[in-house]
Order: sequence, then C-alpha cells, then structure tokens
Amino acid sequence: MMDVAVNKEMKGRNKIHPQKFALYAALASIMMMFAAFTSALVVRRAAGNWLEFRLPDIFFYSTAVILLSSVTMQASYYYFKKGNAALYRTLLVITTVLGISFIYLQYQGWTAMYDIGLPLSGGPVSGSFIYLISGAHAAHVLGGIAVLVVALLHAYILPYKATPRRKLRFEMSLIYWHFVDFLWVYLLTFFVLQS
Amino acid sequence: MESTDKTIIAPAYEEDVLIEELGYDDHFHDHHHGDKYQSNFVTTYIFSQDHKMIAKQFLITGMFWALIGGLMSLVFRLQLGFPEESMAWLKPVLGKWISISEAGVGTLAPEFYYALVTMHGTIIVFFVLTAGLSGTFSNLLIPLQVGARDMASPFLNMLSYWFFFLAGVIMFLSLFLSTGPFSGGWTAYPPLSALPQASSGSGAGMTLWTISLVFFVVSVLLGGVNYITTVLNLRTKGMTMWRLPLTIWAFFVTAILGLLSFPVLFSGFLLLIFDRELGTSFYLNEIFVGGQALEYAGGSPVLYQHLFWFLGHPEVYIIILPAMGIVSEVLSVHARKPIFGYKAMVYSILAIGFLSFIVWAHHMFMSGVNPFISNFFVIFTLIIAVPSAVKVFNWISTLYGGNIRFNAASLFGIGFVSMFISGGLTGIFLGNSAIDIVMHDTYFVVAHFHIVMGVAAMFGMFAGIYHWYPKMFGRFMNDTLGRIHFWGTIIGAYAIFWPMHYLGMAGVPRRYYSFDSFETFRHFGTMNQFITIAAIIVFALQVLFVINFFYSIWYGKKQKTRNPWGATTLEWTTPIRPGHGNWEGKIPTVQRWAYDYGKDGKEFIPQILPPQEGESEEVH
Ligand code: HEM
Ligand SMILES: [Cu+2]
Repeated sequence: MMDVAVNKEMKGRNKIHPQKFALYAALASIMMMFAAFTSALVVRRAAGNWLEFRLPDIFFYSTAVILLSSVTMQASYYYFKKGNAALYRTLLVITTVLGISFIYLQYQGWTAMYDIGLPLSGGPVSGSFIYLISGAHAAHVLGGIAVLVVALLHAYILPYKATPRRKLRFEMSLIYWHFVDFLWVYLLTFFVLQS
Repeated sequence: MESTDKTIIAPAYEEDVLIEELGYDDHFHDHHHGDKYQSNFVTTYIFSQDHKMIAKQFLITGMFWALIGGLMSLVFRLQLGFPEESMAWLKPVLGKWISISEAGVGTLAPEFYYALVTMHGTIIVFFVLTAGLSGTFSNLLIPLQVGARDMASPFLNMLSYWFFFLAGVIMFLSLFLSTGPFSGGWTAYPPLSALPQASSGSGAGMTLWTISLVFFVVSVLLGGVNYITTVLNLRTKGMTMWRLPLTIWAFFVTAILGLLSFPVLFSGFLLLIFDRELGTSFYLNEIFVGGQALEYAGGSPVLYQHLFWFLGHPEVYIIILPAMGIVSEVLSVHARKPIFGYKAMVYSILAIGFLSFIVWAHHMFMSGVNPFISNFFVIFTLIIAVPSAVKVFNWISTLYGGNIRFNAASLFGIGFVSMFISGGLTGIFLGNSAIDIVMHDTYFVVAHFHIVMGVAAMFGMFAGIYHWYPKMFGRFMNDTLGRIHFWGTIIGAYAIFWPMHYLGMAGVPRRYYSFDSFETFRHFGTMNQFITIAAIIVFALQVLFVINFFYSIWYGKKQKTRNPWGATTLEWTTPIRPGHGNWEGKIPTVQRWAYDYGKDGKEFIPQILPPQEGESEEVH
C-alpha cells in the first residue's frame, strides 16, 4: 500500500536541476543532428564514386586548441568554486581566446582544403561533406563563444560570489563547452577513420 | 483572477479541503505581491507564458490550418471527381491558377494541382497533426496532470508557439507567390526540391517551404525539451512514473521521438539548402533540365530519402501517440473502468517509440534499396504490429463490460480504435516489400495513411477537445452537435477512404492530375465522384464542429462542478477556471494511480485521495 510516508521519502528527488536536464536533452538533440550528418556521409560513401583525401593538418592543431580550452574551462570552474576570483577570471579569458582561435584555425583548414582543390561546390562531394559538417560544428562553437562572453561579463561586472544560481549557470556553460569539444573530437575521429 | 473565482466557489470544494490537508506548499503566493505570474492583456492573450493559454493558441492556430488544408483537398478532389466540370467559379479565389477557355470553361492549372496536394500534406502533417495535436494537449495536460504550476520553462514554451506561428506565416505567404508554393510533394524529394529551376514551385516556393519548416523544427525542439523536462522533473509528490496517466506517457515518448528525429530532418534540410544555395551536389547527380546539362555530379537523391524517412516514420508516431494517449484516458473515464493493462500500454508505447526508429526504409522499397536490406526493414515493420495490437486489445477490453457514456468524446475515442484497426491492417500489407512493390505510390497507400493517421489522429484530437473543452473554457460544447459531427464524420471518412483501397489495388497511381489518357482507369470515374461528394460532406461537418467550438466558448453550457466527468486525474482538482499557476493554494499530492474506477464499490477515486482503511492494493 502506498501512503503518505512514501510520499515524504520522495521529497529529496529532483537531484538534477530541471534547467540542466533540459540542457542535456538539447545536447541529445544536437547529437542526433550530427549523427545524421555522419550517417549521411557513410551512406553516400557506400554508393561509390567517392574521392579519398587527407585532411589538412590544421584540423589537428585546432583539435589541440579546443581540447586545451576544455581544460582551462574546467580549471576556471574549479577556481570559481574554490573562491580564487583572479584565476577564475583569467582562465575564463584564456578559454574564450582559445575558442576564438579554434574558429580561426577551422577557417584556415577550409582555405587549406580549397587550396588543394577541394572547393565547397563543384568539387568532389567528399570535400563538401567536410565543409558542411565542420561548418555546422563551428556554428555550435560560435554559440559556445557567445555563452563564454556572457560568462565573462558576469565574471568581470558582478562582484565575485559563488551563489547557487551562478554556479548552475557556470556548470551549464561548462557542460556545453565540453560538449562542443567532445563533438569535434568525435567528428575528427570519424573523418580520419573514413579516409 | 483568483479573487473573482474565490467568490464564485465560496462553499469550499472537497478537493480544496484535501489539497489543503495533504498538499504541499511551494510558496506560490507571496502575500505582498500576489500571484507571481502577474499579467496584463498582452501577456495574457498574446505573449502568454501560461501553458493553458499556449495550448489554446496551438489549438486555434491548428484549427485555422486544418480548415485551409481541408479546403485545398476539396479543390483537388473536385478536379479528380469532376475533371470535365468548369471550375470558372473558383477564379475569384484562385486567380491565375484557373484558366478560362474561349467557351468559358475553367480548368485548374496542373502545377497548381500539385501545389495544392503538396501544401495539403505539409499543412496537415506538420501544422495540424503535430503542432495542433501534440502542441495543444502536451501543453494543456502535462503541467495539469503531473501537478506542476507550469512547464519547466514557460518562456521557451512561449517561444515554441511563436516559432510555430512564424512557420505558419511563412508558409501562408508562399501561397501567394506568382510562381506558386512548393509543388513537389510533402516529402520534398530532390531533384524537384533541390533544383530551383525544376518546376514552378521549386524556386521561391521551395525556399519559403524550407524556411518555414526550419522554424517549425525549432518549435518542436523547444516544446519537446520542455515537455520531457517537465514530466521528469516537475511531477508533484507521490506522482511516480507508474502513476502517470497514459496521456502523459504518450506525450512524453512523443517528445522524445521529436527530439531525436527532427534534428535529422534538419540535417537533411541543411544539405538541401547547401545544394540549392551553395551549389553542392549532395543530392544531385548528372541532370539535364530543358536539354541542358547542369554542373552537379556525384550526389545521391536516395540519401535525402533516408534522412527524410528517418524523421518521417517517427513523425507518424509523433502524430498518433498523443492521440493514443488521449483515447486511453477518454475511454477509461467514459467507460467508468480502469484502463485495461496499464503497464502493457506503457510498454507498448515505449516499444512503438523504439521500433519507429528502425523501420524508415519501408517507405523506400522502391528506391533501389538492396532487397536483402529490405528484409530487415520488413521484419521490424511487421513487429510494430505487435505493440499496436496490444493497445487495440486493451482499448477494446477497457470498453468491454463498461458502463459507457456515449457522448461525443467517447464516440470519437471508439471511432479512433475503429480507424486505427482498419488503417493498421493495411499497414501490414504494405510492410511486406513483395506486396509494396506493387502497391507503392498507388491510392492504396493514400487510403492506408489517411485512415490510420489522418482520420485516426483527428479523431483522437476531437475526443480530446470534447473531453477537455470544459478545462479550457469552463463550458461544454453542444453534445448533440458533437454526436452528429461524429456519426457524419466516421461514415463519411470510410466512404472517402475505403474505395481508395480498390483504386490502389487496380493500380491507380497517387499524385496524378488526370487519368484521361488511361483507358483502364476510366470506369473509376463514378467512384471518384462518390469520393469527392463524400469529402465535401465531411468537410461541411467539420465546419459544424468549428461553429460549435466557437459558439460554445461564449454560449456553451456552463461548467458548474469541478469534475464534471467524474475523472480521477489532477487537472479536475483545480478551480473551474484556473489562473496562472493552476492551483490557488497548495499543490495537490498524489496518493494513487490514475485509474481507480469502480474500485471497492466506488465509482471513481481521485488521485488526491489517500488510501482508505481496508482498501485493497493498487492494481495495474
Ligand atoms: C502496423 C503498423 C504500420 C505499418 C506496418 C505501416 C506500413 C507502412 C508502409 C510499408 C508504408 C509505405 C507504403 C508505400 O509508400 O509504398 C506506409 C506508408 C505510410 N504510413 Fe504506415 N504503417 C503502419 C502504421 C502507420 C501509422 C500508425 C501511421 C500514422 C499515424 C502511418 C502513416 C503512414 C504514412 C503517412 C505513410 C505514407 C507516407 C507517404 O508516402 O506520403 N502508418 N506505412
Ligand atoms: Cu512508416
């Protein structure tokens, strides 16, 4: 029999904040979008008439940059919680700079592709896929940079205080940033395995 | 809002007493500032963040689109049923799409026929049966039935509606383009969708179609994130997952399907947009248009079909699952019996949801997919029949021996079951690739999906509207008109779609403007006339429904008691016209599952009622 006692037990649920949960749901959705892109590539490749090529090296440098930015973001969060306002702010700035550098390097990667005869259109479709997928990813990183800019404004304008509200915000920005990082690593691995 | 209501319901309702006693206080009312959702006209009726108002916005917008989509079908049905008759009288509305011969005979332009068919499909599938159905009832019922003040994010919820609205505006504008709206079918296969020069609707029409649907995808995703989060995180105390009404289970799984499949459609569209605007060749191979070779090379149109149907098949369940949830609830309430096999219902919803992701290629048996791979899809497609049959069995068992109130709501519920059986059976025919190779793209397919999706989902929607109308407007719709609406529609719908099976078996292809040049199909002329006449009658009955709907908002019979149907679920414990925040004082807690009907000699026991001395165990 279910009675009121059982209900009291449930008081402690909601372990995960609804907004954070909503973020995870949204990330699952974004993941599906990229799963669709990569499956499309696989299906198209299986149909034959497919040009193989080596990815320009720049894409590997950009990977290192975005991986590093994840580390600095995590560290910034660590110091935010620890109460070290100076390090928290500096690391956040570094993360943002790394994020912007990533976009710049991706852009260099696209020009490198163009230079080796793989334009977006009019060339082999295997090249178009790289532009499409890395472009869609870059759009998500730009979204992440926007989030970082907001976080920077908070960091520099508001007086330092680790309130639960700000902690939640930070965690959500952190999750998203790790996500775009992880997503890129997945995409790069996929590109490499496919060629 | 609250004060006026309090004066009306002066004698305390027993619900209020119980909620006061057992509910919990989430400090909704701040004594200094009143309701935390204070509002003015604009925030109440237009940019409302109240889930109940957003639900009404979805519903009324959906009804608008249903009328537009329905009228379009009448025009192309006239062409199919009466190809010889003059359509000159439509000239004032359709303008240049009707050309008048010297003898004064008006003919419908073939391009416009295709545009009408395309728009009809797009509008009904996305705007009416997705937004109008899931949007309306997920919004209305999720917070009310799980015991929440509102959605997890009322703001995103509002955005979800306005993205839908915007999608509608853009689609509507495309109807007035001089080249006409998109005309390549609701599935928008390339090359017609990828090459702006391929047909008159492929240019600006297709551009607007794509923009509109991209907005629509955003709307579905915003809504979906909210629905899932609300169901998982905002349930009131005592509302375990196994105590959720089946409506909520259905909306929940629907939202998950949407969240996982619409992004794939979005990807498909992005490739399409690249092909159209940036000259890539994802979907386009060597193509000649007007004798001219285009520059595209190396693309695959079948790729689009995979991406489209990976959404497309879950999409049909996104449409039918909410209807299933609504029907389960409505049948149980009006049969005064617990739903039969509650857990089996939940598991079959989950099974259907899961399986719907691995059957998409049954729409592509004729696209040159490897026949061995087809077998895989045949098997999973046929397996879907199992959970579907479980549900049908449970609905019938729920009705069996029930003390059924035959009102408009329950009749539409029963009608839903009938339609779902008829259409599900033809699905099993089509799911066999060997049969589908013959049936594909014939009227048999048209009959299948109109019965199982078009009509059944509409019936679920009607059942929901008649049932929850008092919750939305505090009044009842006229039930006599409702029953006339039901009987006319079910007879009429069978009259329209049953004959189409025979057309299909005789090989009549779908999406043809005219069959003049086919001697074999000549003798179907009268059948087509019959279908068209039935369609006109059915449409007239829907107008009756719309009149009943709007008339009742102001003049319908007033709801005098809180729980007019004697239902168990939480939405009937709020004030008759709930304000923003749903409950005035505490939030009710839940003490039992949602289907205690006829238990221990009681007609029904609301979910807020704690177990009584000597009460038997909860059964599922
Ligand atoms: C037992 C379950 C079902 C099976 C086995 C099944 C099977 C099929 C198959 C094989 C096709 C492709 C026919 C063709 O194009 O040649 C089809 C088409 C279709 N089905 Fe079903 N179906 C089932 C239930 C449903 C349900 C529940 C819905 C919607 C609520 C639905 C909606 C559709 C639609 C919209 C199409 C046609 C799309 C188009 O080509 O425009 N089906 N079905
Ligand atoms: Cu399907």
